[in-house]
Amino acid sequence: MIYEGTVYRFGRDINTDYIMGSRHRAKTLDWQELAKHLMEDIRPGFYQEIKKGGFIVADENFGCGSSREYAPLVIKLAGIAAVIAKSFARIFYRNAVNLGLPVLTCDTTGIEEGQILKVSSNFSAIENLTRGTIISVQPLPEFMKRIIYEGGMVQCLKKYGPGVFEEFNIR
Amino acid sequence: MGKTVVEKIVSAESGCDAYAGALVTTPVSCLMLHDATGPLALDVFEEIGINHVEQPEKVVFVMDHFVPSPAETYSRMQDRMRQFASKMNITLFEGGEGICHQLLPEKGLVKPGTIVVGTDSHTCTYGAIGVLATGIGSTDAAINMATGKTWLMVPETIRVDLEGNLNKGVSSKDFVLTLAKDLGADGATYMAIEIGGPGLSELSVDERFTICNMGVEMGAKACIMEVDNIAAEWVSQRLHDDFHTYRPDPDARYYQRLSYDLSKITPQVACPHTVDNVMPVEQAGEILIAQGVIGTCTNGRLEDLRVAAAILKGKKTAPNVRLIVVPASRSILMEAIKTGIIETLLAAGALILPPGCGPCVGGHGGIPADGENVISTANRNFKGRMGNARANIYLASPATVAASVIEGKIVDPRLCPEVC
Repeated sequence: MIYEGTVYRFGRDINTDYIMGSRHRAKTLDWQELAKHLMEDIRPGFYQEIKKGGFIVADENFGCGSSREYAPLVIKLAGIAAVIAKSFARIFYRNAVNLGLPVLTCDTTGIEEGQILKVSSNFSAIENLTRGTIISVQPLPEFMKRIIYEGGMVQCLKKYGPGVFEEFNIR
Repeated sequence: MGKTVVEKIVSAESGCDAYAGALVTTPVSCLMLHDATGPLALDVFEEIGINHVEQPEKVVFVMDHFVPSPAETYSRMQDRMRQFASKMNITLFEGGEGICHQLLPEKGLVKPGTIVVGTDSHTCTYGAIGVLATGIGSTDAAINMATGKTWLMVPETIRVDLEGNLNKGVSSKDFVLTLAKDLGADGATYMAIEIGGPGLSELSVDERFTICNMGVEMGAKACIMEVDNIAAEWVSQRLHDDFHTYRPDPDARYYQRLSYDLSKITPQVACPHTVDNVMPVEQAGEILIAQGVIGTCTNGRLEDLRVAAAILKGKKTAPNVRLIVVPASRSILMEAIKTGIIETLLAAGALILPPGCGPCVGGHGGIPADGENVISTANRNFKGRMGNARANIYLASPATVAASVIEGKIVDPRLCPEVC
């Protein structure tokens, strides 16, 4: 699968409360509805701007804060194809992989709002079509790529059953 | 080659000879879900379709985020958890029993030397009693319930050695804020923080929980302390089972080594809007506050309430300043009532909330108004965290919060006569 889309640029330390404030959960449990609040507190109206297949691009420590899995979930539901950052907070990273949301670590310096990027299907490189540059991505462990390709850990479990850990050669 | 505490625990539990960087699958000794993140895990569990929980006796549900439920959506979530727990024979603690991170150690449900996971980032708290404890997401929890296992990559370790003693008016909260400033919000990402040294034994177990609770605020996967006689005794009084504690090997490999003299720590405050935006209290400037919060899984323990009550005894909160107190568990609240702490706090003007997460997470209770400054003993001050993106949160110790609500502005607690 080729990922090609527009850059939506953010800074560093984008925490899970910025991704979606937990107070919205008082109003509804519908995740697609909640996705409309994505990044609202730091970029009001962001959800309406998103062209499906776009990328959130950020600096260090993306997703810091809570273990709440709805952080990567609402990002995925809002139509974002991948999150690309200089570094990720670990629980967010793990949750994103489990949900099948590609999380790519690379030097995002020079990637700017509105540029068009193309991500290779094996997640090894990102082409900045606007600037004509190529950025290499920190390699993902094989089993994580598999989980993402399958669309998430639930799909993997449904397909392979509890033997999924052995199937994916973890250990 | 020698091993760190985390490497030893993972090796013992997974059956692998594990060192940093290894990928293992392992059972856990306890899986915790609470009412904010648990329901999503139940959705995922049902979607997986296995329909049978592996070892339900290892799973614990806690109602602590919305106590009692302030909205229909939360009530539905809690109801879902109750039904699931009943069907699958899972222990469930109702709202009012306490915050998960106080309750699990208090009830002897987490065992030193084992791996515990919870659907909450502050699960790392149990590291204070030598538990390798880490936060996971809802899908991970569902997989754990369905298979009895989880995968993890063994982290590298940052070693922190403590020496000396905290001075009067200074607490372990001030130490961990100092550590957060030095490491930064991502200084320990993917790593474990291992804490030991002679200074550790000068800290009470309550003080140690405060430190480990904030490990995740530096990005740490786990924050684990060596277990001395004091911690072992604390555990033995609550856990009626044998347990194993680990010391690191002398030739264990660490990513980084830090040491701190606790006697050099002074009261600190984390300013809006990141936890590592820490400075000494006296450098924060003239910050007028509208609300103080004493409690949460960081600082809602008996000692924290006792320290606050000592400062507030016979005093009142400043005009136009609200004080919310949230004890971390029912037994703490009961003890605080018996020992007169609650009476002192009430007389000073405090509002006592039921044991739970309360105002920390912005779900209900104590949401600030636009432009208000809140000083809180919680562990996060992100914009909007307490339910209003136009308010400002300062993090501090119970002593600093207590002293500040009297003055109506952020002050150094060492200036209080009761403290010195």
